[in-house]
Amino acid sequence: MERSRSFVYIAAGWLLLTLGMIVYATRLALVVAPTDALQGNVFRIFFYHVPHSMLSLLFPYINLVGSVLFLYWKRRDPLKAMSADALAIASAEVTLVYATICLVTGMIWGRVAWGIWWTWDPRLTSMLVLWLLYVSYLMLRKLSSTGQTQTLAAVLSIFAGIDVPIVYKSISWWRTQHPAPVFFSSDPDAGVDKSMMPAFIANIIAWAMWGLLMLAIRYALERRRQEREQNAALKAIEDSLEFTR
Amino acid sequence: MNYVRHVWNHLRKDLQLEWRSRDSINGMLFFSLLVVVVFSLAFDPTEEMSRQIAGGILWVALLFAATTALNQSWTRELRNHVLEAQRMSSAPASALFLGKALANLLFVVLVEAVLAPLFIVFYNLHALGQGWLLWIVMPLGTWALVCNGTFFAALGLRTRNRELLLPLILFPISIPALLGMIQATSAILTGEFEPGIWIRLLIAYNLAFTTACLLLFETVLNSE
Repeated sequence: MERSRSFVYIAAGWLLLTLGMIVYATRLALVVAPTDALQGNVFRIFFYHVPHSMLSLLFPYINLVGSVLFLYWKRRDPLKAMSADALAIASAEVTLVYATICLVTGMIWGRVAWGIWWTWDPRLTSMLVLWLLYVSYLMLRKLSSTGQTQTLAAVLSIFAGIDVPIVYKSISWWRTQHPAPVFFSSDPDAGVDKSMMPAFIANIIAWAMWGLLMLAIRYALERRRQEREQNAALKAIEDSLEFTR
Repeated sequence: MNYVRHVWNHLRKDLQLEWRSRDSINGMLFFSLLVVVVFSLAFDPTEEMSRQIAGGILWVALLFAATTALNQSWTRELRNHVLEAQRMSSAPASALFLGKALANLLFVVLVEAVLAPLFIVFYNLHALGQGWLLWIVMPLGTWALVCNGTFFAALGLRTRNRELLLPLILFPISIPALLGMIQATSAILTGEFEPGIWIRLLIAYNLAFTTACLLLFETVLNSE
């Protein structure tokens, strides 16, 4: 009980700090940063889009580490393995949220700047494949029966980890062979002016803090669910013992 | 040597079972034939266009057909608790996997052997590139589908809705392999660009995932 109360205090403090940071970063992005010379105010969505895309490439690593640790600890130390699995599912869900936001904000920007919602550009396609991989990961967790979910999900996560570099290479080859339409060939990060950097950095920090908060809350929830499940299992065993006596 | 004998025994058992029932091969054949006909009706392609889309249609048809058969190949093992017996046997688990994957490879290759002439007839095809390269692309692409497919079918074996789950997890992982085989086949059929890079991609994909499957199969088999 004591432990969970201190967790709530830390989480509440972190939440306040994060909200403050988000307000500050949004102000920098929407008010302080100068209007882009070429694109006008539409450019400001990048302050939101780029941090999310960067973070949605970072959280999968946490998922992979959690999954590998789960398989390593599964026989050696089951209690630690459970917490590794909680980390894996929490980071998978946060990844999916961030990747979705990245895709949606990117599409909104694309509609205004390119006139189309979607194009099969290497970056867009790789991000979509990453999104699909994590949806399938969560589907597997949903559909598999209890008791083996964690192992199967950990194996799939390792497969996804092997897949991602191959996806990345193959899609860039695919697009260099069939040249993309010429509407937008330059790198969006290449033209960032120095005066926009503070807003970028502030947004990256703010959304990283927000992601970590969600990760921690989801982790704590999953741990509670595991605990409840264990208690239920123990109680069932006790009841059956009484019955036989 | 012992390992090879185990693999051979598993392979022989699967071939024998299939020979007696011929369920999955017949199912796959008819299914892929239907896909070819439906696509042909849907697009009504000219000769030029059919050369461009034939690679994609061929592999999509094979992918769908293979998924229908892959689940069956493991459900056979569930009857009479054969799988539990396999788990208790002292033979290495990966030999069971390898035997089954090789059997599935043979089945899908057989389907391809029947499908290829039909394809040429329905779509008026002749390769403008180096046609002999298809002899390399077809087995590589088939193994890429079948190896992971067999693995994921085993992974989803004891889940609810296993028929639904297999495509849901197999297709996203297979995207780079699909891209590789479709691009390589289109390159050979149209002769417009070099297939070399895609063949190398398929080889790398196969090496990476075959290793992963062999190493992780035991974990999946005993995942309770």
